[in-house]
Amino acid sequence: MRRGTASPEASILYAEDLRKEYGNRVILEDIDLAVSEHEFCTLVGPSGCGKSTLLRLILGQERPTRGTLLLDGRPIGYPDTQRGIVYQKYSLFPHLTVLENVVLGKKLSASFFEGRRRKAEFDQEAMSFLDRMKLSDHIEKYPHELSGGMRQRVAIAQSLIMKPRILLMDEPFGALDPGTREDMQVFVLELWEDFNMTIFFVTHDLEEAVYLGTRVLVLSQYYAAGRADKDDNQGARIVADYPLARRAASTAVKEITQFGELIQRIRREGFDPAYRQRVTEFDLRHKDSFQTLTPEENNMID
Amino acid sequence: MVEEPKLLGIHANPPAWLRLVIGLLPFALLVGVYLTVSHIRIENNPADKLTPSVHKMVEAVQQMAFTVDGRTGCRLMLQDTLSSLRRIVIGLGCAAIVGLFLGMNMGVLPGLRGTLLPLVTFLSIIPPLAILPILFIVFGVDELGKVMLIFLGSVFMITRDIHNETEKIPREQVAKALTLGASQFQVIYQVILPQIMPRLLVTVRLCLGAAWLFLIASEAIASTDGLGYRIFLVRRYLAMNVIIPYVLWITLLGFLMDLLLRLVIRWKYHWYSAAE
Ligand SMILES: Nc1ncnc2c1ncn2[C@@H]1O[C@H](COP(=O)(O)OP(=O)(O)OP(=O)(O)O)[C@@H](O)[C@H]1O
Ligand SMILES: [Mg+2]
Repeated sequence: MRRGTASPEASILYAEDLRKEYGNRVILEDIDLAVSEHEFCTLVGPSGCGKSTLLRLILGQERPTRGTLLLDGRPIGYPDTQRGIVYQKYSLFPHLTVLENVVLGKKLSASFFEGRRRKAEFDQEAMSFLDRMKLSDHIEKYPHELSGGMRQRVAIAQSLIMKPRILLMDEPFGALDPGTREDMQVFVLELWEDFNMTIFFVTHDLEEAVYLGTRVLVLSQYYAAGRADKDDNQGARIVADYPLARRAASTAVKEITQFGELIQRIRREGFDPAYRQRVTEFDLRHKDSFQTLTPEENNMID
Repeated sequence: MVEEPKLLGIHANPPAWLRLVIGLLPFALLVGVYLTVSHIRIENNPADKLTPSVHKMVEAVQQMAFTVDGRTGCRLMLQDTLSSLRRIVIGLGCAAIVGLFLGMNMGVLPGLRGTLLPLVTFLSIIPPLAILPILFIVFGVDELGKVMLIFLGSVFMITRDIHNETEKIPREQVAKALTLGASQFQVIYQVILPQIMPRLLVTVRLCLGAAWLFLIASEAIASTDGLGYRIFLVRRYLAMNVIIPYVLWITLLGFLMDLLLRLVIRWKYHWYSAAE
């Protein structure tokens, strides 16, 4: 049975019955997900539940064990320019300067001679991004000479210059101090508005997820699927999916009570091993949300 | 305030001048001991050859390095140095190039790795000197045999090291490069290769010691010139006054080559040592 009406045609990203196993360990089980254009999706979940794994599948760095995974209606292949990625580490090439890192995508996608001919043009385009990131004073520096926040800004510029259909981010601000982190959050919201981006953002920080997202997805292995014994090898699913109101780009909203209540709620639904909802009771209230259920799971509806 | 100990204990923090002094001290001692021993022995027996005086050694160097040899028509030490350097540079240079391309491609292409890694591992364990007779039989006792010994003695080590280093590059970097529009070829030659280059220089530095060993061994066995050849030739006449300056000269050459590589790494790849 199927709940929800999302279709591959209307979504930029679409997954159905997506499953990933490592050996005989199930990591992701029956992920159903549709993402519309210009959505800022944040994905939270307990440590080790498979958030990065899901992101690697979307990126094409790894293959799913089974299931459908589509980008703009076409099956996802190996990584290409349609998807941008910002990791917590390793996003920048250590042997290139800031400017070279940002211009790299332009150079790689052009032929050798074209790259030569249009070098000035490419550099200028990179500079405009670096200006926007407030990095124009640091273009000659190497990544190891930058602070954590600057490094992530370069990484974002490096991805943005390719104008990807969807920007994937895996705990990009996880290693930053709280102050820098808030600055970066405000900054990424501004970019998301200005460049009309679609973002898929993994974090383990609930506050960050609820603050940034227009939609928060909770991935968790803590749920009841009606199987008696196989509980310990149960893969994660999306156990909650909330739309979030669009806010002004100010961090003051973090003080509001509603904000705190939602965080508490997500903490219980996704992070409490003792609290197990049945698969049929997940709170999937976002309009794009859908769920496919096996007949066995269907029988749990009483 | 506790005063820092200058020299003793785990908290010692010797100032720069003291570092220099304690670094030079063992050398001074060594030279001092030699001069004393040499002096005493020559007092007892003026014909002693085992511990020649500095004067004798200077004479020998003058003879070898600055006088044109009547028989060959050239300065012997210069000729020896050039021949030896040519062998070591060609042998090690080819090993570096082959090792770089083999190791790097094995690191990124699982198919190639599966095919070659067991073989390369096997070959790298064969003691190169053990196959020296084979090399002399196959490639002859001339230049090719010696260069091949240096080449085969280092190429598999370099390959394995570069392969390891390539595998250490996070998979994320490859995925990242692909999202920036790189082709597979560009990933290997524009993203991986420049990151591996400094490591290649480090590996070559580490291989230099072994390369000198192979060079001198092969020159000792069959040659008509070269630093190793000369040392083993004059050994027959117990000419320590030639051997000792030659050994010092070889050490200096090794040190300079090492220094050169270190400087190139620091100048051209300063991000490498800084980012470690
Ligand atoms: N290549 C792999 N082979 C085997 N198991 C793996 C592999 N990659 C990840 N795993 C396992 O899959 C599970 C999910 O890993 P993943 O990195 O996706 O978690 P995560 O939700 O991103 O965690 P974190 O919050 O710590 O980043 C973990 O238990 C991990 O041990
Ligand atoms: Mg992760």
